[in-house]
Amino acid sequence: MPVSTSPDGAKIWQLRTRNQTLTRWAAYLVAVAIFMWCWQRISEATTWFFVWDAPRIAADIGGRAWPPRWSYMDNLWGPLWDTLNMATLGTLLALVMAVPIAFLAARNTTPSALFIRPVALFIIVATRSINSLIWALLLVAIVGPGVFAGLMAIALRSIGFCAKLLYEAIEEIDEKQVEAITATGASRWQVMAFGIVPQVMPAFAGISVFRWDINIRESTVLGLVGAGGIGLQLQSSLNTLAWPQVTLILIVILAAVLVGEWVSAKVRGAII
Amino acid sequence: MLELKKLTKTYRTGDRALHEVDLIVPNGQVMALIGPSGAGKSTLIRCINRLVEPTSGSVILDGTDITALGSTGLRKMRRKMGMIFQEYALVERLTVMENVLSGRLGYVGFWRSFLRKFPQSDVDEAFRLLDRVGLLAMADKRADELSGGQRQRVGIARALIQNPRLLLVDEPTASLDPKTSRQIMRLICELCAERDLAAVINIHDVALAQMFVERIVGLKAGELAFDGKPTEMGEDVLTRIYGEEDWQATIRKVDEEEVEAEVAAQ
Repeated sequence: MPVSTSPDGAKIWQLRTRNQTLTRWAAYLVAVAIFMWCWQRISEATTWFFVWDAPRIAADIGGRAWPPRWSYMDNLWGPLWDTLNMATLGTLLALVMAVPIAFLAARNTTPSALFIRPVALFIIVATRSINSLIWALLLVAIVGPGVFAGLMAIALRSIGFCAKLLYEAIEEIDEKQVEAITATGASRWQVMAFGIVPQVMPAFAGISVFRWDINIRESTVLGLVGAGGIGLQLQSSLNTLAWPQVTLILIVILAAVLVGEWVSAKVRGAII
Repeated sequence: MLELKKLTKTYRTGDRALHEVDLIVPNGQVMALIGPSGAGKSTLIRCINRLVEPTSGSVILDGTDITALGSTGLRKMRRKMGMIFQEYALVERLTVMENVLSGRLGYVGFWRSFLRKFPQSDVDEAFRLLDRVGLLAMADKRADELSGGQRQRVGIARALIQNPRLLLVDEPTASLDPKTSRQIMRLICELCAERDLAAVINIHDVALAQMFVERIVGLKAGELAFDGKPTEMGEDVLTRIYGEEDWQATIRKVDEEEVEAEVAAQ
C-alpha cells in the first residue's frame, strides 16, 4: 500500500507506489514505439502514388456509378428473397443446435464438467473461429453452389455465437430459484423446464434476434463465393464493371439491413 | 417425526458447519432454530432435504433414513418436505399459479408439467391455498409483480401444495418489514396447526420466534447450545449462543395478557 509519512508527520496516500508509476510509463513508451515501428513498415510497403491518386479514381467510379440503374431491380427481388431466407432459416437451424450445446457447456447444467463440457466448448470455439465466408467457400465445394450452401454456412457460423451467449446466460441464473424447484422433488428435466428455462428466456430471445440481424448482413456477401443470394448479383455486376447496378445493389443491401435492424429492435423491446 | 443423528457437515473448504447434531422434532411441533450467522442453521435445514449433502450422520423422517436414499427415493422423500426460503425463491418470470403448481412437480410427469396440464385436483387445491393465503385475485400475475409479503405467501402456498409432513423454513421474515414478518410467522404457525405439520424455522429475530413457536433450539458453531421452551430463554441463554451483549431489549417479557391477545387474534 502506497501510504507514506511526510517529514511533517502527515500521512500521504497515493494510488500507486513510485515503482508502479515508472512501470506504467515504461509500458506506455513501449506501446508508442511499437506503433511507430508498425507505421513505418506499412508506409514502406505502400505505393503512395496510388494513394495520392485515390480521390480522382473514387470520383471517376462515383461519376460512372450514378445514377443507380433502377430498372435492374426486377432482377433483384428473387436474390433478395433468397438472402432473407438464408439468414432466417440459417439462424433457426443454428438455434436448434446451439440450445443443447449451451446446456452441455454451462457449468451448472452440464452432465459432466470433466468430459462433456470441454467437447461442447470446443464446438463453440471451432464454429465461432471460422468466418461464414470461409464456411461458405468450403460448403460450396462440398454441397455445390447455391442457397443451401449459404444457409449451412450461416447456421454453422452462428452455432458458436448463440451457444456461447446462451451458456453464459445459463451460468448467471439465480440458483435459489433452481434450489426451490429441486426441493419440491422435481426431476432433473422438470428443474430445467421450471427453474432454468424461464430465467434464460429473455436472453434466448435477445440472442436470436441479434444473431438474425447479424446474419442478414452476412448473407448479403455470401454470394461473392457462390453461395447464392444478392451477393451473386453483386459479384457479376462488379465483374462486368456495371457500376450503376452495383450502386443499386448496395442501396438494396443497406435497406435490407436497416429493415432487419428495425425488426430486431422491435422484437427485443417487446420481449425484455 | 424427524430425527437427526450425529449429523455432521464439513464443507470442502474445511469449514465445519455442523458437528454431530442430535435432534428430534415430534409430529406437529413448530420449532425455531436460532443462532448467529454462520452457526450452521441454513446448512442444517438443507441437510434435511439434502440440498446440501451431509458428510456423516443420518436424517430420519417417519422411519425412512433420507441420507441412505438413491436419487429416485430422495425425490419421493422431498415431496414430503415443503421448503420456504428467505428471498422467497419464486421463479420470477412465471405466474403465481405456475409457482404454486410447481409444488406438485414431484407428482406430475414431465410432459404434463411442461405443457402446464396439471390434474384438476391439483389446480383446485392451488386455488384453495391461494384463497387461504389471501392471494386468489393474484393467481394470474407474474411473481415479480408482487410485494415481498405477497411473494412469501406464494412461497408458503407452493410448499403446502406438496401436502408435506414437514416444513423447512429458512429465514422467512429476513427480507420483510416488522408487521409483515409477524403476519407471515402467524400464517405459517396457523397452517402448521391446521394440518398438524411439523416445522423447522430458521430465524434471526429472537423476539419473533418467542412470540410464535413452542420450542427453540439454539445453534452455535455447528453444535446445539440450547433446547427449550420460549419462556426459558433468558439473558444467560442468549449470551451462551451469541456472546456477550445487553439482551434486555431483545427478550420479550412473557406477559399473560399479550399471549391471550395473540391467541384471540388467531
